[in-house]
Amino acid sequence: MEPDRKDATGTTDQRPGETSFDQQLSRYSREELLQWAYQMLLIRLFEEKTAEMYTRARIGGFVHLNIGEEATIVGAISTLRPTDYLYSNYREHGHALVKGVEPKRIMAELYGRATGTSSGRGGSMHLIDVERRFMGGYAIVGGSQPLAVGAGITVTYKGTDDIVMVIFGEGATNGGSFFESLNMAKLWRLPVVFLCVNNQYGMGTAVARASAVPEIYRKACAFDIASERVDGMDVLAVREVVSRAVARAREAKEPSLIEALTYRFRGHSMSDPQRYRTEEEVKVWRARDPIPAFRELLKKAGLATDADFERQQQEVARVVAEAVDFAEHSPAPGLDTLYQHVLVEDKGAC
Amino acid sequence: MATITYREALNQALREEMRRDPDVFIMGEDVGVFEGAYKVTVGLLAEFGEKRVRDTPIAELAIIGLGVGAAMTGLRPVCELMTVNFSLLAMDQIVNHAAKIHYMFGGRVKVPLVIRMPEGGGFQLAATHSQTFDSWFGYVPGLRVVSPAFPADAKGMLKSAIRCDDPVIFLENEALYNTRGEVPEGEYLEPLETAAVRRNGTDVTLIANSRMTLVALEAARRLEEEGIDAEVIDLRCIRPLDRETLVQSVRKTNRAVTVEEGWRSFGWGAEVAASLSEQAFDYLDAPIGRVGGAEVPMPYARNLEKEAIPDADDVIAAVRRLYK
Repeated sequence: MEPDRKDATGTTDQRPGETSFDQQLSRYSREELLQWAYQMLLIRLFEEKTAEMYTRARIGGFVHLNIGEEATIVGAISTLRPTDYLYSNYREHGHALVKGVEPKRIMAELYGRATGTSSGRGGSMHLIDVERRFMGGYAIVGGSQPLAVGAGITVTYKGTDDIVMVIFGEGATNGGSFFESLNMAKLWRLPVVFLCVNNQYGMGTAVARASAVPEIYRKACAFDIASERVDGMDVLAVREVVSRAVARAREAKEPSLIEALTYRFRGHSMSDPQRYRTEEEVKVWRARDPIPAFRELLKKAGLATDADFERQQQEVARVVAEAVDFAEHSPAPGLDTLYQHVLVEDKGAC
Repeated sequence: MATITYREALNQALREEMRRDPDVFIMGEDVGVFEGAYKVTVGLLAEFGEKRVRDTPIAELAIIGLGVGAAMTGLRPVCELMTVNFSLLAMDQIVNHAAKIHYMFGGRVKVPLVIRMPEGGGFQLAATHSQTFDSWFGYVPGLRVVSPAFPADAKGMLKSAIRCDDPVIFLENEALYNTRGEVPEGEYLEPLETAAVRRNGTDVTLIANSRMTLVALEAARRLEEEGIDAEVIDLRCIRPLDRETLVQSVRKTNRAVTVEEGWRSFGWGAEVAASLSEQAFDYLDAPIGRVGGAEVPMPYARNLEKEAIPDADDVIAAVRRLYK
């Protein structure tokens, strides 16, 4: 599927007209804009390093990369407060990074080290950082959707104005979990933002071959849930649309479904020969790489120079190298910890 | 001590825990306005309101999934599935999420969730509504699986389950709801990892759980007339399994028969038998007997169903075989 700008503005909800880039840019401080450029680069370089270390057999299991999805991730997660909950899926390294999880603890988890976010018990697909309310990566497709709705119960029950975001792929919108979760989120008016990262393929199956309605945002109408589709390669557009959903959750206690149209530049996982899509298609999408596009935008607006981005490049490279160094020098979990945490109140029986 | 039903004991436990801890809430199909498919939640909506007694749609996956999410973020949900048969629709949330989250995330988050489920056969509800899945849940590390047999345990164990920081599968045999027994009033807690000796004996150990404990006790009374003095152990907890109490008993009696309502093959009785052969082999005077449900999808016809569910006759026959 090629990027479709017309579709990208489709919506079932009231929304203001198109906002120009200049108008959008003027809403944000230079620091914020540079921060988002930095975060997008952090995801890119972290994931490239992850791929390298996977190829070098320093990382095991399945590894799913966020390369290509940086604008969606940064645009969406940057709308959250530190106390907002984020539930994720198994392609979640970038989600964790933007929610503030330390890169070195993520890399250590990928390495299966005791210092990892999950003490080496989870791996790439199961990162967590409860303090930062990154409530976990989950590897069963659709599995985290009801968990997020459950967290929505907690925030309304406790009467806080925190909200919950849950991120999943378009492949997670065809199973029962999705529909049960949307129904209950609307039924109980829970502040949950359902963010569908439509990267066009569920492993090797194109969205139109798996979903009777390939425009995912349209599925929300069955539940009278507000929904919008956005160009997931445009960080500011994502930010604008998701901000509306976050406000709807925080102020009106209403769920939303946002579909970000994006593309993963790499395969489904590191072990994917990608026979299901053409090189031409990949090329078309790579030409829309969100990182250089955003840099150009900032440069044209006179908000940043090549020197700024060069500094970011060096800083991110240093952070990623430190993360690898930390993981390399961290110990594996002790064998004596194998049975730890099976039960909280473990009295030694099983 | 008041004599009340198993159903009333559960209701008491829920009411007391909800009064004690504002983070405890109930969620399930028809638990509120209808007051529970088996009337366990009678009066709770009236006392605690819709925020804490939540009627859900018929969506088992979401009921449990929402419960897990609420539990991870600071509440203490008690989810009721109308029967254990419907838990199969929620199995991913129970096995891949509730049971895994604490371990998989390195102990950094807890899932203090109780999943209450009626189970068992005997009501002519046929194949999809008569099952017993104690052993399935017992297979999964990360879960606690309990199945109280008496009203006092129903109360004491449910209160403990609600306070426990682990996910607890709480199984209630439908035939027990109207049974009566003495139940301590007010604060009363029973542990979630120990078996209980219900009858002392010297000749054979009958190991049962849930409603089968009553069947085993009836068998023991009748065996006494034959001059066989049976000890009856109520397992109470399937996971963790209190092997020590079982081994101690068999060291004394030298014979054992397991009695479970579910299918015998791969059931908990097989696990108990294997454990006893590992830990008490030298004390055994006979092979361990196993009584379980007929390995068929439960039939509807009254006579066929009765034949399929273990009763005291089956237990007595199994004991007699140990003496041949």
